[in-house]
Amino acid sequence: MNKQEEFNQTSNSEKVYNIINLGPTHPATHGIFQNILKMDGEIIMEAEPTVGYIHRAFEKLAEHRPYNQVTPITDRLNYCSSPINNMGWHMTVEKLIGCEVPKRAQYMRVIIMELSRISDHVICTTIIGQDTGATTGFLYFFQMREKIYEIFEEICGARLTTNIGRIGGMERDFNETVWKKLDIFLKEFPEFLSEFQRLIERNRIFMDRTIDCGPISAEKALAYGFTGPNLRAAGVDYDVRVAMPYSSYEDFEFKIPIGQNGDTYDRFMVRIEEMWESISIIKQAIEKMPEGPIHADVPEFYLPDKEDVYSKMEALIYHFKIVMGETDVPKGEVYHSVEGGNGELGFYLVSDGGRTPFRLHFRRPCFIYYQAYPEMIVNGLLSDAILTLSSLNVIAGELDA
Amino acid sequence: MVSNEMTLQLKEKVENLINAKFPNALISTSLEYDFPVFELDKSQFLEVMTFLKNDSQANFGFLTTLCGLHFPENGDKEFGMMYQLHNLNSNERIRIKVFMPKEDMKINSLTQLWPTANWMERQEYDFFGFKFIGHPNLVRILNMDEMNYFPMRKEYPLEDGSRDDKNDKMFGR
Amino acid sequence: MSTIDIKPENKPEGLEGAGFFATSLEKVVGLARANSLWPLPFATSCCGIEFMATMASHYDLSRFGSERLSFSPRQADLLMVMGTISKKLAPVLRQVYEQMAEPKWVLSMGACASSGGIFDTYSVLQGIDRVIPVDVYIPGCPPRPEQVLDGILKIQELSKSEGLRMRNSPEYKAKLALYGIE
Repeated sequence: MNKQEEFNQTSNSEKVYNIINLGPTHPATHGIFQNILKMDGEIIMEAEPTVGYIHRAFEKLAEHRPYNQVTPITDRLNYCSSPINNMGWHMTVEKLIGCEVPKRAQYMRVIIMELSRISDHVICTTIIGQDTGATTGFLYFFQMREKIYEIFEEICGARLTTNIGRIGGMERDFNETVWKKLDIFLKEFPEFLSEFQRLIERNRIFMDRTIDCGPISAEKALAYGFTGPNLRAAGVDYDVRVAMPYSSYEDFEFKIPIGQNGDTYDRFMVRIEEMWESISIIKQAIEKMPEGPIHADVPEFYLPDKEDVYSKMEALIYHFKIVMGETDVPKGEVYHSVEGGNGELGFYLVSDGGRTPFRLHFRRPCFIYYQAYPEMIVNGLLSDAILTLSSLNVIAGELDA
Repeated sequence: MVSNEMTLQLKEKVENLINAKFPNALISTSLEYDFPVFELDKSQFLEVMTFLKNDSQANFGFLTTLCGLHFPENGDKEFGMMYQLHNLNSNERIRIKVFMPKEDMKINSLTQLWPTANWMERQEYDFFGFKFIGHPNLVRILNMDEMNYFPMRKEYPLEDGSRDDKNDKMFGR
Repeated sequence: MSTIDIKPENKPEGLEGAGFFATSLEKVVGLARANSLWPLPFATSCCGIEFMATMASHYDLSRFGSERLSFSPRQADLLMVMGTISKKLAPVLRQVYEQMAEPKWVLSMGACASSGGIFDTYSVLQGIDRVIPVDVYIPGCPPRPEQVLDGILKIQELSKSEGLRMRNSPEYKAKLALYGIE
């Protein structure tokens, strides 16, 4: 018997339903989400989400930009883990032009992607803490995100919208400071993480709030197209890094944590465990880091050295062509997916041989699994709905494209 | 990494499966990088998709993504829908395509097979104006309801008409 | 025992003597307003994440007297618009602005809110100043937290110096009328 039936039996008077408009700018929703809820007291009877409040027309915009200029757009898809989106896009184009990236660049990419996965999960887990009333976790653990920002800043110059890497490899090698900061991060982060875990994981209040809150079964999750940590929390071990390895992920040893019930607690725990795995992957990548070039030999796509531009004719021509967006790419259509912070982030690219993508479709995990949200919160409490939303880690930028 | 041979084998396998059950459904097949691509006849589209999902040999139980395509110079095949299916057990992925002319942009909805198709199809309706037959709630999802055109079609401009500061003087166009 | 060197806020001009200090009411009110701004974060996208970083322990916005975020527009003094505002969201933003009580300031954070940024597309509002008046723009995509702090300090200067009667002046009403706001 669910809560609603229980309630029906105890009350004899005629039902009065309330309509609540949750959002679009509700403080507890961390982004622009609107849900029109039909409430029976504290219990949600129906929910109808409205999306599209920050629709920015990524797909149309990409059709009007040269390939290297699409990267900044991908930054703004899932802005909590922009480097993963950047890398996914680079790898898509590399697949299209048939370019093999050197091992060193691949390992560097792995380090960056795992760092950004951690930063994504830090946001999600601390926000779950915040929504259950544990503000300490947010204020304390968020410092670690600053450390990751500092590393990104050292690599590419930007904190959040990174535009990191280039088609064909990386724009520059890691410098001394990056290695130093990485070392410090790898030493500090496990302490912070285990302290955060100790603070929250077995906390009675937290467990009572999150266990059985917004659950989804594995069958339902698959039918709704869940991927990533949310699917794994429901007990399906699908991870793009393992299923379709890219960027040398097959070289590393790591576990895929899975949950059982697909509730908020499981989603939280899966993310915590994934952070531990990410740390281990970064350590392995640093240990195995091969020497060698940091980019493939694709002069039509990879900007030449500044010195060469000033002294060599060819380099100058390529520089001009890349900067002005006048590089033609082969015809074809290609799909490439990476394991983003929230699931399978796919790029479906159709090229007609021109200078801009003919059609670029993003498979945005948030958009796909957010449609299961009404089903997950119905028959639950309003406060659980907030928690479910933050544990799904729906990012408005990715949701609305 | 999915090797070319495996893709080829997969292509032949699925081709045989579809041909055995629906002899007229396949229009063409091809290989695009690591994906076998099957172009289907629109009239049998839903039946083939149901078969691909439920058949124990095909078993493509996961709808990865779907999207609309617009080729203005393709005549009768001006608009197309692309679907990607994934068999999570054997880790095989295929791509299905269906083309249609501009006058007849109707195609069966997949919402009864996969609930996840609901919003994705609404998005493609919003972008291109496909009419999905059997969709429970086919209204705009991302854009405003007042919008009176389908912005992703190639003939419509990207830019917002309200900007007056972007003139040739400033941008050298 | 160490003594903490407390530096008081710069005093406004006035008469000072033993046990008293006299100045105009306007200046005192301005001082009070400036150091207890209640911001309403209207965070939509990437800039919202940078705002979270500004709020968090590393940059600590509360050092500047903006500790108390007000999520209700009725009690907010400062509307911080952070991130892309689409045409679909523009009426919501305007409604939030109208619900705020005077005196109110608007801070537009990031390229998207200020001008549409890289998203010159059919669905994006090309700058929030098309629907509401803006006091301070912060450039950047997204701006660094330091820039956000600087923007808030600029708002504080504005509120310190604007005077008590500004909001009743015909010029201010004329400006609002341009946006069709009563």
